[in-house]
This record gives sequence, structure tokens and C-alpha cells, in this order.
Amino acid sequence: MIEHKHTGNCRELLGALSDYVDGELGDTLCAELERHLAQCENCRVVVDTLRKTVYLYHVTARPEPVPDEIKQRLFKKLDLEDLKK
Amino acid sequence: MVETVEDFTLEALRAGDRAEFSRLVEAYSANIYRLALRMLNQPQDAEDVLQETFLKAFRHLKNFDGRSKLSTWLFRIATNEALMLLRRRRPGQVSLDEPVMGDEGDQEPLQIVDWCCLPEKEMMSQEARKHLDAAIDQLPHSLRVVFLLRDIEDLSTLETAEVLGLSETAVKTRLSRARMRLRELLSAYFGERLLVMRDGGG
Repeated sequence: MIEHKHTGNCRELLGALSDYVDGELGDTLCAELERHLAQCENCRVVVDTLRKTVYLYHVTARPEPVPDEIKQRLFKKLDLEDLKK
Repeated sequence: MVETVEDFTLEALRAGDRAEFSRLVEAYSANIYRLALRMLNQPQDAEDVLQETFLKAFRHLKNFDGRSKLSTWLFRIATNEALMLLRRRRPGQVSLDEPVMGDEGDQEPLQIVDWCCLPEKEMMSQEARKHLDAAIDQLPHSLRVVFLLRDIEDLSTLETAEVLGLSETAVKTRLSRARMRLRELLSAYFGERLLVMRDGGG
């Protein structure tokens, strides 16, 4: 990180951030990570922006309907044309 | 007792009931098409995968054992079809189980910009969405497919592991790498937007 000294276990902590934002990190590692975050502004930014990244993809991920032409060809291929809504 | 999975009657599906199969196609075609499109970036190939997935599903439903969800099973067929197309396009370069060293490895975060304070409408704009999509396209296939299944199609870690034939640990590691890379790419974009807004230009 920019102008930022990390301890030796930082790589392990970086690898744990994804589980952390999912709330799936084990208690011990979670406590260790939160101790680190309390004193490391840069890592807090990484966690916050990682959480926001995941959030943005989740909220924009509504499936769009299959374009009608494609759906028509699919039902034809499956010999289900009479049942297409 | 009638065996149902995700609101579908397995007995009818296994017996080749067209109406029930049609309901299955209606329910999952949008997700399958989106996954194929995001994996392949090519509408014609994505359409081929969509058709092939449901053709294979119809043929093999009588052997569906009901141990996984129908959606997981369909995603597995679709993913295999899409990977096969990718391998055909670039022989020897697309593999899920043999990651290329340096291609998937962890990298330290370089972008330290707190763009979380940007207004929601800025982050959800059409332009921002294009960047969200473009960032996914920059992921190597082995990370991209895991991210698409977990964070876009909302499968669990276990379901994703089943679809791809990977361990749950491998899924978590790849998801973490995918998300960290996306964070880097989005930070570069939104960091710029933040500067523009602070300068009063946005």
C-alpha cells in the first residue's frame, strides 16, 4: 500500500477481507483484522470500498429478460413454441 | 408423495412433460443467458449456450437425481458449455483447474481512495454501469466465472463449488481475488469521478 508499512501477516489479512465483508470470517481472524483496522486508515478504505464494490454489483444485478427474438428461437429449438408466454 | 424441487414437479420433468419443462425454461432462461453472455461476451455464442443448455437438460432430466437444486444443475450444464466454447476459441488457454501463476495471484491494493461518499446516483449511472461491466470483462476466466456465479447469480459458496467442481476453499479464494481486482478497477474510475466532483466539474 502507498506509504504504508504492513506487518508480515498483512497478506493473510488481505485474503480475509472478502470473507469479512460477507460476515463469514472466523472469530480469531476477525478480531485480529478489526484490531488492525482500528489503527490502519488505508486498510479501512480498502474494506469500505470492497464492501461498496460487492454492494454495487449486487444491486445492479437484476436479470434482464432474454430479448424476445432470442427467446422465440429458444422455444422453437426446444419445440415448445405453443407454450411460450 | 410428489417430489418437488424449487416449485417444479420432478416426476413431470423426468417424464418429459412439456408444460412443466416450459415453466423451467421460463424461470431460468434469463439467468442462464446472462451468465453465458458475461462469460463469453458474444451474443451469438451466448445464445448457442442457452439453447444447448436446455436441450441437454431436456435430454438428461430423467437422470436428474434431485441432490442439487435444478438451478445449480442448469448452471453446471451452461458453464461447461461456455467453457467448451472458450477453449475452442483459445485452445490451451482456458482452464479452471490449472491457474496460470501470476494470473490469479494476490496483489496488494494500490488504489487507496475512499469513494464511498459519492452520491448513489453517480455510482448507479449508465456510465458507471458500463464500467462495472467492463471491470468484470477484465477478470481472467477462472476468477470471472466464480464471481458471476457468487455475486451476480447469487449462488452460495457450496453451490458454486458444485457447479465448477472446485472445493469451497478454492471458490472463496477466487472470489476474494476477483473482488479485490474489481475493487481496484472501480477505485480507479470512481476516484476520478470524485476528483471531478470536488473540482466542481461533475
